[in-house]
Amino acid sequence: MTAALSAEKIISQLNDKFPGAVEEAGADSVLVKSDSLLAVAEHLKTAKGLKFDYLNYITAVDYYQYFEVVYMLTSLENNHSITLKVRCNTRDNPTVPSIRGLWQGADFQEREIYDLMGITFEGHPNLKRIFLWDGFPRHPLRKDWNQ
Amino acid sequence: MVIPDFALNVPLAMQVTPADWPGGYWWHWLFFTIIIIAFVLIMVMGVIYIERRGMGRMQSRLGPNRTGPFGLLQPVADAIKVLLKENIVPATADKVVHWLAPIIAFSPVLMIFAVIPFQNGALLADLNIGILYIIAVSSVATVGVFMAGWGSSNKYSLLGAMRNVAAIVSYEIPLALTIVGVIIFSGSLSMNQIVVAQDIPYILVQPLGFLLFFIAASAEINRSPFDLMEADSELTAGFHTEYSGMKFAMFYLVEYAEAIAMSAIITTLFLSGWRGPWLPPWLWFLIKTIIVFFVMVWTRTTLPRVRIDQLMALAWKFLFPLALVNLFIAAIEVLVWPDISQWIFVGANIVIAALLVILGSKLFKIGWGRLEV
Amino acid sequence: MTTTRELVLNTEPFLLNIGPVHPSTHGVYRMRATLDGEVVIDIEPVFGYLHRGIEKLMEERTYTGCIPLTDRLDYVSSMTNNMGYCMAVEKLAGIKVPERAEYIRVIAAELQRIANHCLAVGAMLNDAGALGTPFFYLWREREKIYDLLEMLCGQRLMHNYMRIGGVSQDMPEEFLPALEKLIIQWRRFIEEFDFFLKQNEILIARAKGVGILSKELAINCGISGPVARASGIKRDLRKDDPYLIYDRFKFDIPTAENGDCYDRYRVRIEEMRQSLRILEQARKQIPGGPAKAELPHLVHPPAGEAYAHIEAPKGELGFYIVSDNSIAPYRCHVRPTSLINLTALREMVRGWKVADLIIIFGSIDITMGEVDR
Repeated sequence: MTAALSAEKIISQLNDKFPGAVEEAGADSVLVKSDSLLAVAEHLKTAKGLKFDYLNYITAVDYYQYFEVVYMLTSLENNHSITLKVRCNTRDNPTVPSIRGLWQGADFQEREIYDLMGITFEGHPNLKRIFLWDGFPRHPLRKDWNQ
Repeated sequence: MVIPDFALNVPLAMQVTPADWPGGYWWHWLFFTIIIIAFVLIMVMGVIYIERRGMGRMQSRLGPNRTGPFGLLQPVADAIKVLLKENIVPATADKVVHWLAPIIAFSPVLMIFAVIPFQNGALLADLNIGILYIIAVSSVATVGVFMAGWGSSNKYSLLGAMRNVAAIVSYEIPLALTIVGVIIFSGSLSMNQIVVAQDIPYILVQPLGFLLFFIAASAEINRSPFDLMEADSELTAGFHTEYSGMKFAMFYLVEYAEAIAMSAIITTLFLSGWRGPWLPPWLWFLIKTIIVFFVMVWTRTTLPRVRIDQLMALAWKFLFPLALVNLFIAAIEVLVWPDISQWIFVGANIVIAALLVILGSKLFKIGWGRLEV
Repeated sequence: MTTTRELVLNTEPFLLNIGPVHPSTHGVYRMRATLDGEVVIDIEPVFGYLHRGIEKLMEERTYTGCIPLTDRLDYVSSMTNNMGYCMAVEKLAGIKVPERAEYIRVIAAELQRIANHCLAVGAMLNDAGALGTPFFYLWREREKIYDLLEMLCGQRLMHNYMRIGGVSQDMPEEFLPALEKLIIQWRRFIEEFDFFLKQNEILIARAKGVGILSKELAINCGISGPVARASGIKRDLRKDDPYLIYDRFKFDIPTAENGDCYDRYRVRIEEMRQSLRILEQARKQIPGGPAKAELPHLVHPPAGEAYAHIEAPKGELGFYIVSDNSIAPYRCHVRPTSLINLTALREMVRGWKVADLIIIFGSIDITMGEVDR
């Protein structure tokens, strides 16, 4: 059974290694600050006992005041999973660091979020629109886009 | 070699040409030209029907059965449809090359039929270099195919045409070598003489030669499993992608006419052509040709396609050495024991063929694999 | 193997557009391939030809009204799409599904898995050049499965059968005897089909060792489904994260080590056998009871978020739903199995030839409806 790891288990580890990174800890998700995302993600990928080597999905949600990017990671050998969240509070040109360097599976999914939601991922080698054509106006999946 | 009576003394009413038919008169050429053209066109239609119906039944579906009784008029419907289509030429294509290509591809195929014996002495021209003429002329069709690929100004067509040229050039060699093996036994290059010399059909005397010839012939005429020149699922019709209307009909015709030509050549060389009891000889010829063609349809339905480097590897590393060995053994048998019964050769050759095929397939490494880019 | 062509010929690579309209791209998928002769140097995939904005559309429909939209995601296997979505909503709203409904869902999902693998294997072999013969054999059997699914919900393709809290209608009485007959027929058919193709020389030459996906790359890219299992990753959500009642059935998870096209083909055939096992057990164990939970027409889940994933035939299909206590989802994201499975395509095809590119792409088994949404 892939146990969804509850946040308490890793919060103490994360607070020790990256003080101030964790903003909130939900029932099974951890909210981190966007500038410490890369460090936390790398720790989660390589630390013994955690070893989250499999990226399930990346998605983004548009809550009117902020964007939230949701990552779900799974560890194949320990068979547990964790959800990471990052928030961007600005609506024009929100940016989040890209984790494509750690998990190659993020390649197309980050391009999709850039295309449909308008969140820029720094460090992504090929951040172009993936589904819509290049001249498409703005980003359709946002809540304030109407035809 | 003794020619049995039934092959020569056929009753007058059943002969296509009378027993004292003088060759050399102009109406001989006219008569046979009409027969050959009619034969090719009608046989192509019949063969298209056999292929589509046969392939359909083998794939557990019905095949054409609406046009005419049992779908027999389907090829006619196809021909009419194709002739009525608009003739589209790409704007950037080389017009002269594009127009000439089907003609150059089709003419050699018709010319092959000039030396194929329908009955004893019933050929357009009984050349005494018959089989050499066939090898020479059938290579010209490659030029037509390459012109089609080049003149279409389409990358897919060019890819298909290049593959075609590479494959045909490679497969000419095992083809020619196996033919030489047959010639050694028959003692003559003339097609009629080859048939007359087959007391035992050469498929038994030269089983390895038959196998190699069949594979090389299938590759020459782009039949599956070697049809990567027009691979529908990869290159969307290969070298004839940009053809429509009458020119496409010519290429379609070329493919099936070459298939009939190769079947006819196999019948003549290996299955003792028009020889057989009871029935008129030309009927035996037809039956054997259709059987060989049916085996080609069978292999087409059953086997997937090979890749281009596997195709070349098969020609150069498997067929070519085996054809050389076959030639060598045939030469030894004819020279050292010219007088003993050929049935001993049959037994020995079948065993040798089985051994060589098994040995060759164990030692043979297919294709290249991944290249570093 | 070093490129000796660099020493001998002065060549330059060219760009071939394997376009959205192509016989083997499994939908409207475009690849811009850079080729050096026949060798693929690079590919650049272009998506978006089937983008319909399903995620945005879902925000404007009620929870139940979104179910037909999920049919159109992976349009080849719509039962499992429906199931994933309904499970996500049930997890969000805390709805308990009656037991009979769970059994019906398992039966429908496993039938859909077999049907999907029929198409996957048939299409891959069609791309390899077997001109439709294995495809038609599989299709004939797939029709029997579709007769059963039509009995369940009246539809052959876009099933729209699952509802939140169960299934839309109970199975008719003739379903279970028909299922029993189908399982017997299918067991025989799988053995026959596997026997035909397992040792086919040409298929082994085309598929073995071709397009190897290493285990590390597969894990890093997030690959799931038969593609991952063929590379050695022993992960199947039915065992590792059991949903519905899969923990009551005994079945194995087939895996392979090499990760080439041939292994993916073998894994799919084995999975079909295991699905037959599950179907047999489900058929015996199914209890009576209601087929749908008692729910109001408009489902109002409490505010929150939930993610539910299932082992769809192509891989891990997941739905991430955010709700704000209204009748429509606030945000619904589909984890696109096929898009993520395509992440490693570039590494898998570099260095192989055009023919291999087509067969590797066919062996990953994608549906553009899921890629583009």
